[in-house]
Amino acid sequence: MRVTNSSILKAGALATVAALALAGCSAGGNDSADSESGTTLTVWVDADRAPVLKEAAADFTEESGVKVKLVQKDFGKIQEDFTAQVPSGKGPDITIGAHDWLGGFVTNGVVQPIELGDKASEFEDVAIQAMSYEGKTYGLPYAIENIALLRNTALAAEAPTDYNDMVADGTAAGTEFPFLIQVTAEGDPYHMYPFQSSFGAPVFGTNEDGSYNPEDLQIGEGTGFAAWLAEQGAAGLLSTSITGDIAKEKFNAGASPFFITGPWNVGPAQEAGIDVAVDPIPSAGGEVAQPFVGVQGFFVSAKSKNTLAANEFLTNFIGTEDVQTALFEKGQRPPALTASFEKAASDPIVAAFGEVGATGAPQPSIPQMGKVWQFWGVTEAAIIDGGDPAALWTKMTADIQAAIAE
Amino acid sequence: MQTSTQNPNESTPKVVESKRQKRAGRIADHASGGVTALLVKIGMLAVVDAIAVYALFILFLRQDWVIFAVVLVITALVNLVYFKRGLLPLKYLAPGLVFLLIFQVFVIGYTAYISFTNYGTGHNSTKEDAVTALIQSAQYRVPDSPTYGLTIVEQGGAFNFLVTDPDGDVSIGNTETPLTEVSNAEMSGDKAVSLSGYNSVDFTDIVANQDAIAAMTVQISDDPNDGALRTPDGSSAYLYLSTLSFDEAADTMTNTETGVVYADTGNGAFTSPDGEEILPGWSVVVGAENYVTAFTDESIRGPLLSVTAWTFAFALLSVATTFILGLFLAIVFNDMRMRGRKFYRVLMILPYAFPGFLGALVWAGMLNKDFGFVNVALLGGAEIPWLTNEWLAKFSILFVNLWLGFPYMFLVCTGALQSIPDELQEAAKMDGANPWQVFRRIKFPLLLVSIAPLLIASFAFNFNNFNLIYMLTNGGPRDASAGINVGASDILISMVYKVAFSGADRDYGLASAFSIIIFLIVAIISIVSFRQTKALEDLN
Repeated sequence: MRVTNSSILKAGALATVAALALAGCSAGGNDSADSESGTTLTVWVDADRAPVLKEAAADFTEESGVKVKLVQKDFGKIQEDFTAQVPSGKGPDITIGAHDWLGGFVTNGVVQPIELGDKASEFEDVAIQAMSYEGKTYGLPYAIENIALLRNTALAAEAPTDYNDMVADGTAAGTEFPFLIQVTAEGDPYHMYPFQSSFGAPVFGTNEDGSYNPEDLQIGEGTGFAAWLAEQGAAGLLSTSITGDIAKEKFNAGASPFFITGPWNVGPAQEAGIDVAVDPIPSAGGEVAQPFVGVQGFFVSAKSKNTLAANEFLTNFIGTEDVQTALFEKGQRPPALTASFEKAASDPIVAAFGEVGATGAPQPSIPQMGKVWQFWGVTEAAIIDGGDPAALWTKMTADIQAAIAE
Repeated sequence: MQTSTQNPNESTPKVVESKRQKRAGRIADHASGGVTALLVKIGMLAVVDAIAVYALFILFLRQDWVIFAVVLVITALVNLVYFKRGLLPLKYLAPGLVFLLIFQVFVIGYTAYISFTNYGTGHNSTKEDAVTALIQSAQYRVPDSPTYGLTIVEQGGAFNFLVTDPDGDVSIGNTETPLTEVSNAEMSGDKAVSLSGYNSVDFTDIVANQDAIAAMTVQISDDPNDGALRTPDGSSAYLYLSTLSFDEAADTMTNTETGVVYADTGNGAFTSPDGEEILPGWSVVVGAENYVTAFTDESIRGPLLSVTAWTFAFALLSVATTFILGLFLAIVFNDMRMRGRKFYRVLMILPYAFPGFLGALVWAGMLNKDFGFVNVALLGGAEIPWLTNEWLAKFSILFVNLWLGFPYMFLVCTGALQSIPDELQEAAKMDGANPWQVFRRIKFPLLLVSIAPLLIASFAFNFNNFNLIYMLTNGGPRDASAGINVGASDILISMVYKVAFSGADRDYGLASAFSIIIFLIVAIISIVSFRQTKALEDLN
C-alpha cells in the first residue's frame, strides 16, 4: 500500500464532489419531477411576499388538495433565473415578477397567457394593461408602484399647481434646493418621464387596446422637453451630480420642500421626522405629468404541467381581496385589485400615490424599450450638462430608431 | 469494485523486484500506515463509488448520456489510480486534474460551444418548446365572448365539457364532438353540475388530470373557425381562436389571419418568405456568425480599437502602479530601523480587507463632482469632474484601483523580500555596492523570480476587472452624440456586457464569442510572459 492518508482523503473528497456536481448539473429537475405527479405547485416568491403567500397556499391546499411549494428567491435575480430555467424544465409553475419583464418573457416563450375572465374588470385598468402583451393577459397583478411628489409640509403648506409654482414655492422656502429629483451622471429617464410626458412626448404611441406600438416611436416629439431640460440645467435646478442617495439624504435633512420619488422613500423620510404629504407631479409642459407605472404580479410558466392548478391558485386565491389586502399590508404598495385598493386608500399616502398612478402610463414592457433606455438617459444628462438640446435629442431619436430597426 | 482479487498490501510480491524497488516499497509501506489506511481507503472509495453509482442511476433514467459517460470514466479512472500499484504521481495529481477538468476545461469548452450558437433572448430553448410557447400565446379569447359555466364530466374514461352559457342553455361536447344542447342536466344555481350517464369530476381529479383537461379544445359548432372552448381552471370555459396554426408535417407555422406561412429556414426561428421572424425561436448552431459580428458590427467595431487600447493601458498601468507602490512600501517597512512597523503594516492592509466593489461604490460617492468628499472637504468646494470627464475618469479608475490593489503587492513583496538571504546583501556591501546597486542588481532580480508570475496573474485579473469599472463609472462618461452604448472608460469586458446584454436582451452567443476572444488574448500574453520569466529563474 503506497498511498498516504491525505491523498486518499483528497481523492475521496474529489470524487464525491465531482459525482455530486455532475449529477447535480443534470439531475436537478426535482421540481418538475414533483409536479409531474400533479400534486405540487412550485411558486417562486421574494422574501417579503412569502409569509402572506404561505397562508394563501395553505388555504388552497386545504380546498384543492394541491400542495404549494414556495421557493424564496432574491427578487432581482428572478427575471434572469426564470428565463434560463424554464426551458430546462427546472423552473417553477408560477413566479412573482414585475410587468416590465413581460416583453422578454414572451419573446423567450417562458410564460403563458392566463385567463382572468370577468375577474379582469375587478382590477385597476392600468394593472391589467401592464400585464398584457399583444392583447393577451399574462400575469395576475397584485401591486402598483409609481413615483409622485413628496412634500415636506413644514416647508411648503400647499401642493404646487405646476412646475413654475413648485420652483417658486421651493425658492421661497429658502432651502438649499427648491426641489429634488435624482438625475445621476447617466441620466434617469424614469424619474424624468413625468416632465417629458407633460410636453406630450411619450416613448411609443399606443394601439387601440392601450398597448404600446413599437413601430410608432414618438419620443422625437420631445424637443420642447429637451429645450426645457437645458434651461433647468443652466438654472441649476437639475444637476447630474444628484444621485438617488444624495437626493434622499438632502430631503430627509430638510434641505428641500419637494422630492420627486416613489413610496420607498416615504418611510425613511417619516423616520427622519418629516411630515410628508404626497401630491401629483406638477406639469412642466402644460399637459398632465404622467409617471411610469410599474406593476408587480405573478406569471405562469409556459412549461408548467399544472396550468389548471396554477390558474386556479392565481385567480381564485391570489386574486382575492383578502390576499391582496394582506400583500398590501406587508409591502405598502397600492394593491392592484380595486376592492383592496379602496380599503388601502384609507391611508392618505397610499391613496395619493394611487391617484397619481391612476393618471400614469404603464412603463413599456415591449423588448424595443431596451433599445430606448441605452440612449435616453445619457442624452438627458448631456443636455442638462449644457449640450445642444435640439441636436442631441434628434440624434438620440435617430439612434433609437436605428437600434430598433436592427 | 475489483478489490477482492487483489491485495496491494501483500508482503511478498509475486514479481521479482530489484533491491532498489524493494527499498522504495518498504519506505512507502512504512509511510502509508498499513492495514488501517487500507481500510480507510477502501471505505472512502466505497462511499465515492456509491455516490457515483447513484449519480449514474439518475443520469441513466434521465438519458443524459454525455454526462453519464463522463461520470463513468472519471469514476473508473479514480478507482484505477488508487487501486493499482505504482502510478504514484497520478495518485497525487488525480484530484487536481479532475478539478481542472470540471472547473476550467469544461467551462471554457462550454463557453466556446455557446459562442457558436445563437443562444440568447428569443432563442433560449428547443424548437419543441418554441412551438408550444407560440401555440400557447397565439390563443386569444374571442372579444366580448361570455364566460361559460363549466363542469367536467367523464364517461368511459373520456372527459367532456358540460357547459352552461350565460342564457342558461346547457350543452355537452368533447374534443371530437362539438357542443350539442342537452336538456336533462341537473342544475346548481345557474350552472349545470351533472348529467345522467356521466360522472362529474371533482377538483382533485381535475388537478390529477389537468394536463389532459388543459389541452382540451371543444368546438363550439361544426365550423372550426367559430372557435373552440378551453378551460384555464376547470370551472369556467372561454371561447378561443388561434392566430397561428402549426403544420407538423410541413414544419411550418401559418398565421391564420394573414395567411403568411412561416417556415423553419435553419436560423432558429419560423421565418416568413420576406424574412420576418416570429419569436420565440430556438437555439441553433450558427457557426462563426458571432465572431463575424464581433469584428464587423458597426456598434462594436467603432469603439473596439480605443476600448482595446484602454483595456491594455488600464491593466498594465494598474499592475505597474500597484506594484511600484507596494514594493516601495514593502522596502520601507522592511527596514529594521523603522519603528512601529507592525502597526503600519496592519494599516496598509486595510484596503485589502475591504470588499472590492464596496470600495469602488464608496469612492464613486466620494468623487461626486458637487457633493463628493474629495471636492467638498479636501479641495474646498472645487468642482472637479472626477468621474465625468473622459481623462479624469480614467485617472480616477487607476487611482481607485491603486488604492484597492497596492496592499496585495505590499504583502507579496514583503514576503519575497524577507525570503532573500541577508548574506547576499552583506556580501554586496562588502564588495562596495551602494544601496541602489544592492536593490537594482541583487534584490530586485531575486524578487522578480517569485513575483513575476503574480504580476502576470494580476494583469490577467485587471484585464477583466469588471467590478471596478461597473461600480465606479459604469464605463462613463459617454458621448451622447456618438450614438453607441460604450463610454470612455469601458474596458473590453464591460463593453461586451453592454453590447450583448442591452436592456432585457441577452445575447449569450455573442457574449461567449467575446469571452473566448478575451480568453485567447489573455492566454497568449500569459504564455509569452511566463516564457520570459523562465529567463529570470536562470538567475538563481
